[in-house]
Amino acid sequence: MIRLRWTVPTLYIVFLMLPIYWLLSMSFKTTNEILGSFTLWPQQFTLDNYRKIFTDSTWYGGYINSIIYVVLNTLLSVCVALPAAYAFSRYRFLGDKHLFFWLLTNRMAPSAVFALPFFQLYSAIGLFDTHVAVALAHCLFNIPLAVWILEGFMSGVPRELDETAFVDGYSFWHFFLRIFLPTIAAGIGVAAFFCFMFSWVELLLAKTLTSVEAKPIAATMTRTASTSGYELGLLAAAGSLTMIPGVVVIYFVRNYIAKGFALGRV
Amino acid sequence: MDTRTTNPKAWRLVLPVVILVAFNAVIPLMAVVNYSVQETFGNNEFFFEGVKWFREVMTSTRFRDALQRQILFTATILAIEIPLGVAIALAMPHRGWGVSVCLVLMAMPLLIPWNVVGAIWNIFALPEIGLLGKSLNALGWDYNYTRQPMAAWFTLVAMDVWHWTSLVVLLCYAALTAIPQAYYQAARIDGASRWSVFWRIQLPKMKRVLIIAILLRFMDSFMIYTEAIVLTGGGPGNATTLLSIDLVKIALGQFDLGPAAAMSLIYFLIILLFSWLFYAYMTKDDRA
Repeated sequence: MIRLRWTVPTLYIVFLMLPIYWLLSMSFKTTNEILGSFTLWPQQFTLDNYRKIFTDSTWYGGYINSIIYVVLNTLLSVCVALPAAYAFSRYRFLGDKHLFFWLLTNRMAPSAVFALPFFQLYSAIGLFDTHVAVALAHCLFNIPLAVWILEGFMSGVPRELDETAFVDGYSFWHFFLRIFLPTIAAGIGVAAFFCFMFSWVELLLAKTLTSVEAKPIAATMTRTASTSGYELGLLAAAGSLTMIPGVVVIYFVRNYIAKGFALGRV
Repeated sequence: MDTRTTNPKAWRLVLPVVILVAFNAVIPLMAVVNYSVQETFGNNEFFFEGVKWFREVMTSTRFRDALQRQILFTATILAIEIPLGVAIALAMPHRGWGVSVCLVLMAMPLLIPWNVVGAIWNIFALPEIGLLGKSLNALGWDYNYTRQPMAAWFTLVAMDVWHWTSLVVLLCYAALTAIPQAYYQAARIDGASRWSVFWRIQLPKMKRVLIIAILLRFMDSFMIYTEAIVLTGGGPGNATTLLSIDLVKIALGQFDLGPAAAMSLIYFLIILLFSWLFYAYMTKDDRA
């Protein structure tokens, strides 16, 4: 029985790891080996693909651009979502339910629908091809998500905490920043994680809103694939490197991720 | 149960969110609505056309085919990912070092940029140099996803299952760990079978997160674009041209703004309607 319990997750993880292994092994192969023969692991082990990425600024620049707008977006989304989530969890006000639902509908808007208008909007206000443009655009789906998650966590904090603090004479912001935020630190971590994740994996809007200066790594990859022939090894190396930020972040929040959506209200 | 106090000033706390989201949502949506009722012949000249584009999109076989493919795709991946996710969550270890290892490894596909997911599967499934393609051919299936519609569908579904099942697992696992041990002890005393523990205790406790999981998977699979375009590009032929792929082809490829905008709105409304109906149906017992 014990052994049976382990089979299902193990098989599933093997299924998850196989394509990733294939990408990693390909990133250490030469283009000749990839196209010339079928090998289960690299026969002529090479680091050239990685060397190319770390020395060519169009490549490593892409990573830097991506990280800049992802971090900007995460900070912005969480900072504005915090007071809003507090309002939704503690107060009743005109149109609160409709507003909450309206926010969530933006999570349902396909990026493909907004790609062209976004391009025109951000061109018109002169933000096209900046990190700020992508960071702002990703707020469309990340703010609703952050509000949703944070509201769930905040509703789990008893109201007595607020009342006691106000009776003791704390001002609202003093209470909010010094007492309330530390009590929901886990929730903030989870919200930041999900914002980071969805901003990091999104490509369509990021690609639409940038051309040179703020081009994300993902766009560098798709454009390279079409211009310089099919350098699979290089592409595999670039792809492998895009997994690193995710793995680092997930390691830090592994004990909280599962709770993120579970506590949020729909 | 609602312990919230009425406070009109709360609007001030919500205002930054409203401004930012409205800036990103309302202005572009207005632009889309604007295009959807106009005809353009270039030179920035626009002519009012009323509901012409809506009628054209609704009656076109192209839209209907893409919608059918989209519904088929979403139904397929929901039918696979939800039961599979629940089953894996039930089989996960509950404590010890195994939990962290499982969670980190399982969450990995969720954090890979979507075009890289497409690229990974593109390479992995190539019949000549990919592990999956080569293995399937060695097993006797004449498999080539760039030419056979069935193989392309199989690869697309396999990719989505690979990419997103973990989300369902994580959500269900979170709900399962929140069930107090006392429930299981009571069930054991009553001599309940494994099956009735699942139906009477675990499933009802997972209901809330399952609703969230189904909603998220429904919305995201209905909006799938990047992974599919990198993997198959909508082909072979139009076999895997899902709604958003078709939409981008019309809007950015052919620059037919009117039909594309009308299609966007219909598309958005379908997602809204499905989500709302499902949510209203699933939670109708909770509101009394």
